[in-house]
Amino acid sequence: MRSILRFVISRLLQAIPVLLAVVTLTFFLIRLAPGGPFTSEKSYSPEALARLNAHYGLDDPLLVQYAHYIGRAARGDLGPSLKYTNRTVNAIIADAFPVSLELGMWALLFALAVGIPAGVIAALRSHTALDHVPMALAMTGICLPSFVLGPLLTLGLALGLGWFNAAGWDTPSDRVLPAVTLGAAYAAYLARLTRGSMLDVLPLDYIRTARAKGASPWRIVTRHALRNALLPVVSFLGPAAAGLITGSFVVETVFHIPGLGTMFVTGAFNRDYTLVLGLVVFYGALVVLFNAIVDLLLAVLDPRTRKGLA
Amino acid sequence: MKNTSFALLGFALLALTVTACARRETPVQAGNRDQILHIGNLSEPQDLDPHTITGVQEHHVLFALLEGLVTEDPKDLHPTPGVAERWTVSDDGCVYTFFLRPDSRWSNGDPVTAADFLFSFQRILSPNLGAPYAYMLFVIKGAEAFNRGEAQDFATVGARAIDPHTLEITLTAPVPYFLTTLNHHSWYPVHPPTILKFGAIDQIGLPWTKAGNFVGNGPFTLQSWAPGDKIVVRKSSNYWDRANIRLNEIHFYAIGDNNIEERSFRAGQLHVTGTVPIDRIAYYQKEHPELLRLDPYLGTYYYLLNTTRPPLNDVRVRRALAMAVDRARLVRYVTLGGETPAFNFTTPDTAGYTSRARLPFEPKTAQQLLAEAGFPGGQNFPKLELLYNTSDAHGRIAQAIQQMWKETLGIEVQLVNMEWKVYMAQTDQHKYDIARAGWIGDYADPNTFLDMWVTGGGNNRAVWSNPEYDRLIAEAARTRDTTARFECFQRAEQLLMDEAPILPLYFYKSKSLVAPSVRGWYPNLLDRHPYNRVYLEP
Amino acid sequence: MTEFMAEPNPAAPPSPGFWSSSWQRLRHHRLAMVGLLLLAFVSLACIGGPWLSPYGYEEQQLELGPTSTSAAHWLGTDVLGRDQLTRLLYGGRVSLLVGLCATAVSLAIGLTYGLIAGYRGGRVDAVMMRVVDALYALPFSVLAIVLMVVFGRNFLLLFVAIGLVEWLTMARIVRGQVLSLREQAFVKAGRVLGYSPARIMSRHILPNIMGPVVVYTTLTVPQVILLESFLSFLGLGVQPPTSSWGLLIRNGAEVMESYPWLLLWPGLALSITLFALNFVGDGLRDALDPRFIARSGSKP
Repeated sequence: MRSILRFVISRLLQAIPVLLAVVTLTFFLIRLAPGGPFTSEKSYSPEALARLNAHYGLDDPLLVQYAHYIGRAARGDLGPSLKYTNRTVNAIIADAFPVSLELGMWALLFALAVGIPAGVIAALRSHTALDHVPMALAMTGICLPSFVLGPLLTLGLALGLGWFNAAGWDTPSDRVLPAVTLGAAYAAYLARLTRGSMLDVLPLDYIRTARAKGASPWRIVTRHALRNALLPVVSFLGPAAAGLITGSFVVETVFHIPGLGTMFVTGAFNRDYTLVLGLVVFYGALVVLFNAIVDLLLAVLDPRTRKGLA
Repeated sequence: MKNTSFALLGFALLALTVTACARRETPVQAGNRDQILHIGNLSEPQDLDPHTITGVQEHHVLFALLEGLVTEDPKDLHPTPGVAERWTVSDDGCVYTFFLRPDSRWSNGDPVTAADFLFSFQRILSPNLGAPYAYMLFVIKGAEAFNRGEAQDFATVGARAIDPHTLEITLTAPVPYFLTTLNHHSWYPVHPPTILKFGAIDQIGLPWTKAGNFVGNGPFTLQSWAPGDKIVVRKSSNYWDRANIRLNEIHFYAIGDNNIEERSFRAGQLHVTGTVPIDRIAYYQKEHPELLRLDPYLGTYYYLLNTTRPPLNDVRVRRALAMAVDRARLVRYVTLGGETPAFNFTTPDTAGYTSRARLPFEPKTAQQLLAEAGFPGGQNFPKLELLYNTSDAHGRIAQAIQQMWKETLGIEVQLVNMEWKVYMAQTDQHKYDIARAGWIGDYADPNTFLDMWVTGGGNNRAVWSNPEYDRLIAEAARTRDTTARFECFQRAEQLLMDEAPILPLYFYKSKSLVAPSVRGWYPNLLDRHPYNRVYLEP
Repeated sequence: MTEFMAEPNPAAPPSPGFWSSSWQRLRHHRLAMVGLLLLAFVSLACIGGPWLSPYGYEEQQLELGPTSTSAAHWLGTDVLGRDQLTRLLYGGRVSLLVGLCATAVSLAIGLTYGLIAGYRGGRVDAVMMRVVDALYALPFSVLAIVLMVVFGRNFLLLFVAIGLVEWLTMARIVRGQVLSLREQAFVKAGRVLGYSPARIMSRHILPNIMGPVVVYTTLTVPQVILLESFLSFLGLGVQPPTSSWGLLIRNGAEVMESYPWLLLWPGLALSITLFALNFVGDGLRDALDPRFIARSGSKP
């Protein structure tokens, strides 16, 4: 118990340099990108541009701006958005994150519910139809990027059969197609990874022993095999989950969902400096958090890894 | 057997969702019944402040929330009374007096007064606000100096309130298109107490535009704003002409993708789309012509030729490039939106002006010109770069033109696609050879197309300069007589086409899908549709 | 992939059997051979096909426009009336090159990085993994735009940019496996016997993590091929009229209802390649299975 506490505290402390590094890098990187927040097709007059830059403090020396930003961010204030002028970055995240979180959870649930059983079954019945069919589907799932799968589902199930809305995020049924679209590729990955590592584990001595002792196949899979087979799956899941719950540009566009994923992409394209930085801080914190959870899970699944973990 | 239970569970879930969402009334059907209009409104508005926004999607919403001194007839865009029920013009055409309706009200019940308009003019002209469209008001005497910070006192600006309902505006010159500009959002009034409640008159980024804070004087009020999703406006109970407003609500959806808009339209979620994917146009033309609207739009798609870079500094090369592009073929087979091929810059029939100048498609002349310039058959012609911002449509056009130049002139150009801001930065700093561009007129007058090419103009990205051209544009600005004024534009545009710093390709069409139940939705050059006239016929 | 594995550890003595016997086993893996043949066929078609085609990849017939399969154009034509088959084969050159090279780069970085982090464990692991966390959070589009601006448009950059992002998950997976393996008896035994860390990693640990590594690698290829189209969007990748599978798929997806063949064929090409890769991957996994090593006697 104490070791878990120590682990959690040390991870929290480690998050600080990580976030600082990523904010610093992003801060200077985005300034290297051509064009600024006010570059537009109908040019601003030099006077107007100067006033806007002054208002947002963009005319200070870069290091001064950096210091200001870090100071504010440390107090939890991510500043105003440069594009959406009546909103703050904090407000944008507060509006959009719950949507992305919900979508991501559904997608993750779908991916886990489909991917892991499919992988287990495929491994148990390797080189039979129960292996080949799900694996072929999985590969198709990986080949089908969400900008293809999403429209296909919309055309078939929403427009063709009329079961769902073509776009939107109002009714509970609006969750189905986006979650499947977002989760499909992850389900496919999980299926492939699970099958692979199950095949690695199944012939090992301890499984044979368990089998010899007469344990039921279900018990062998869940208690013995899966426990070890899930190691690479869990390693994959950490960053995947952080990615899933922060939204996907494509899925949000295809289904018109007001999530955070759109902000990541359009923020960078709009050179909305504060928005991009704010999202980077937020996402970075999530990545650190999820990877910490993964490391904890690894330790639970396989006590041997504990020694290696700081 | 565990597998089967999994499968069963899956089927149960599927069945549940299917029954839960079996065919039901679509938003469009419900909207027809309740007079709720669902509009696909391009992308997310950056704000709803009439003095700082720049895009059309913002204007579409503000059109419902605010009303200017005059509005326009949706069919031919001629000025009609708005907040001003009538106006007079002095004999020299420089002084306009507007008589405001006594019954015009803000959504909180306050009367709309001349002082509110003065406050609004002062606000957009305040240097600190950094309003991009402040120049729209530079026709007012003293406005430009005030905006540049050369004059501190707003009293120096030619606008004053004679009494609470009489507003007098003095112009720098008898600008004939003055009234038509008044329906641009830069001229819209804002509610002074609301602004001042949140900050100073010239403060950027105040939250006054949020739902709950917004006070407007238009036919609708801001009900809710879910960022990235939709904006809902509801019929105002204080609007002076509320008796004639038939819509109860308008929902503006920020669907940023034309394919998604089209699918939502088909699914009965939208009455009107902001645009139509070009590959679907043929389908609608054939199967559902009654739903498709392709109407002339006040805009031109063209290529910039950087006149500072050899060999493009040679007018013969520029004309050769232009004359080698078969624009009729381009429009017919590549752009596919029923656009009009462009042989000049100003959209035809802009306030009655149609250019005589033509930069035609003449492959023989083009070859000859190129030879005269020292590149017979394209020999030794340097490999120029054609810059465009990444998009399917731009890429397609660029590739077709690349091929045309290769076939007709024997020259190779390298296509370079860039992300939007990089592309903008490059053209802004004139770091390109040839670049794609588009221009949408701000108001229905040739001036909005032609005054941008004056020497040193902020949008003159071709870095072209011609003193005679500058003189003609300046003369047009002083001329009151329409015939004489248009003659100045004719001569200026002839110069522009002769020198060819730009290569006009086609005139835009506004493209949209409109449900049959939508009434009072008229085509016009600005693609603006006053919601006062719109209603739904179930 | 096999060559690559063998190279980075010159310290290890020329394989006493493991790597070469693996190749022997792979040759007898029927599905893997089918996959290899398919890959060879696709590669050859992409390299040679455009020369045999009567059409140029950029040759337009505007009047023809988009047409479906015909005798003149086996896979139809695109919106500018260009031969889809020629464009597909030509684009395959880009995609296969990008797919394989960038995957190799990400594999090289991810594997080495993950091995070191996992094997060292403790503080080294913590620092190395926090670097990975930070890189995860970097906004990729910003990075790509800046890369383009700093280095200009350059095809090599594409590999660098892609390699820079794709190795992160690989590193995490490898590191997770190694953390578990390093405490197992045979690895401890190696340490006791005084083997160098390089030898332990290459001879004892590497063969035991090949399963997930191979699977994840084959999964990376299509991802990379599609990522290329995003970079092309930013101006970093290929410029029209050149194309790639990723771009063809992306453009095809935009018009999937009107001209489905523009999505179908590039999608199929990518799928076939991926299937082939997976067959090879499965074969490799079996061939590198450490259980065989026990039999060939190279496991201490």
